[in-house]
Amino acid sequence: MLRLEKRPTPSRFWSWGTPVLAVALTMIAGGMLFALLGKDPFLAIKTIFWDPLFGEFAWYLRGQLLVKAGPLALIAVGLSLGFRAGIWNIGAEGQYIMGAVFGAAVGLAVYPTESRLIFPVMILAGAFGGWVWAMIPAILKTRFNTNEILVSLMLVYVAETILSKAATGFLRNPEGHGFPGSRSFSNYPAAHNPEIFAGTGMHWGVVAAFIAVIFCYVLLQRHIVGFQIKLAGQAPRAARFAGVDPNRLVVLCLGLSGALAGLAGVFEVSGPAGQISIDFSSGYGFTAIIVAFLGRLNPLGILLASLVMALTYVGGEGASTDLGLPKAAIQAFQGMLLFFLLGADLLSNYRIRFTLIGKETR
Amino acid sequence: MKRRTLLATAALALGMTVGGGAFAAGMDHVKACFVYVGPIGDGGYTYQHNQGRLDLEKALGDKVETAYQESVPEGADAERVLTQMALGGCNIIFTTSFGYMDATNAVAKKFPDVKFEHATGFKRESPNVSTYNARFYEGRVVQGTIAGMMTKSNKIGYIGSYPIPEVLRGLNAYYLAAKKVNPDVELSVIWAYTWFDPAKEADAAKAMIEQGVDVIAQHTDSTAPLAEAAKTPGVIGFGQASDMAAYKPSPRVTSTIDNWGPYYIKRVQALLDGTYEQTDSWEGIASGEVEIGEITDALPPEVKAAAEAARDAIADGSRHAFTGPINKQDGTAWLADGQTPPDGDLLGMNFYVEGIKGDIPQ
Repeated sequence: MLRLEKRPTPSRFWSWGTPVLAVALTMIAGGMLFALLGKDPFLAIKTIFWDPLFGEFAWYLRGQLLVKAGPLALIAVGLSLGFRAGIWNIGAEGQYIMGAVFGAAVGLAVYPTESRLIFPVMILAGAFGGWVWAMIPAILKTRFNTNEILVSLMLVYVAETILSKAATGFLRNPEGHGFPGSRSFSNYPAAHNPEIFAGTGMHWGVVAAFIAVIFCYVLLQRHIVGFQIKLAGQAPRAARFAGVDPNRLVVLCLGLSGALAGLAGVFEVSGPAGQISIDFSSGYGFTAIIVAFLGRLNPLGILLASLVMALTYVGGEGASTDLGLPKAAIQAFQGMLLFFLLGADLLSNYRIRFTLIGKETR
Repeated sequence: MKRRTLLATAALALGMTVGGGAFAAGMDHVKACFVYVGPIGDGGYTYQHNQGRLDLEKALGDKVETAYQESVPEGADAERVLTQMALGGCNIIFTTSFGYMDATNAVAKKFPDVKFEHATGFKRESPNVSTYNARFYEGRVVQGTIAGMMTKSNKIGYIGSYPIPEVLRGLNAYYLAAKKVNPDVELSVIWAYTWFDPAKEADAAKAMIEQGVDVIAQHTDSTAPLAEAAKTPGVIGFGQASDMAAYKPSPRVTSTIDNWGPYYIKRVQALLDGTYEQTDSWEGIASGEVEIGEITDALPPEVKAAAEAARDAIADGSRHAFTGPINKQDGTAWLADGQTPPDGDLLGMNFYVEGIKGDIPQ
């Protein structure tokens, strides 16, 4: 019989080695999958991991990596705070959508006024939208002890419904011939989030992601709140004795992650997406959960992980068009990454013991 | 940073010349690329576009090379996929869903030598963007005729995707045709807010059947509603976009088939010949772009005859799906006796016709 036994001190090396190992294992298993599909596995892996960085069109695709990684990092960094404290915000997708809807609503409400204040106010509105959406599970948890995983997840579907209402109703472009979708922000300079340097993919959302990473790093390393977060996650009882108020921590962590997800939403809607549309939600909020764990819940790790994840998306698109790989194979490939990470994690924290049935060794 | 921008611009220009070539003089070889909104195995809308691509390969042999990408979200990602395709040397790119409209036009501006063909949209912002569509609503007349004659409960249903003109046209045409043969008929509508989501589509069908609806038409892409109808004897439905022949002879009693092959062949051939021009194409049953699938013997002979008569009358032009007098839902006049609408009215249709209950979601 197989039995898992917790290792007394998990290896420091392996806690950072597992993500690398997971990526390597994903390449091998993914390569086998691609080979079974009748494609050249080496070419496929090269198309996914090498071409976007150093291939013929890398000058365009590198920027796109930032576009894709920006919102992932922004959301994941926020989520990691809660995850460290044992507060599970699974509904970042909903907070991301609400941030976009709030921010876009503010921008569109004053259309076509030109003022430098519009964009900053939109950003604040976006952060507020995400924060409000995260406060619902936070308050329900602190008041009625509901499960924040369920509540935040269910609110994603509510947010999606509000998004379709916005696209077909209250934010619909009045000059759009009745088609769904809001006005385009690229035609409204005061509310547009353009590339700061043309062709680099660097927009304000990417800048915000970098700032958030630094902010969270400092918070975790140098601030009392960071200490409380870590303590609450590792030893909840000890944290309570040390005077950490669990309710305050729930409100803080959910609020911060909600606001950051909301920020990602408003930067995305005013920049790369360009408008509120029915299909605006693209799963960033869910993918960010993978990114947070791939990055070891560490801000700097998350930055790297978001770039790796972006690579699988952008490279995956290339592999899909150039090699005719089915979309599902690319998604399976991304899924493998999380699978191998969790598997390798388990083995670095636990050791497997073989025992005979009925004969406990202890 | 300036140098990088310069480099990027230079490379972009290079990409365009590589991707382009001399058009007016014709070409020896064309790379045609396709962007699909769903998986090619959806058995419906995307499947038919992919069949069109395969027809193109078959017809033009080694003069054409094709590539495609499936399940591309209708948002920020579409723009990157299109850019990657244009950079990768595609000469003509077919974007096969409404939601790619802005992305298609944005990328087309950056690649003036690549031809873009956008399905079901209306924006042609630069000379290299053409639009094409099929008069699917003509097929709804056949379905509506069958629905009106076959329903025992006088309740017929329509699973809509999004309340956009494309879908409202089909819905109104279906209802008008049903009412013509059965003045007591009532239409219930469910908006699924998706093009392809078998679970949601099945739920919609289930809800309708529970309300007593016994004929279900769908404007979504999967076969799930038919699978649901098959569970209840006496409930019938129609193949949408593809023949969905697996559900013959009942519940699938006939189908509307999108036949894109001839259009794709025509356009790529024009590119090869050097006769390519910007167009806005909208063909229907008469030209074969919209096909009516086999009308099965599960229908009584008189119903089958009426359905065939409706099909033939539309093909020879003696019947139009919208022939006055028709009022809008609120009672205001739309078409006078004997009048048929201009295409502009059809393209921007944003209302229910008189007799349909409920509101279009706003």
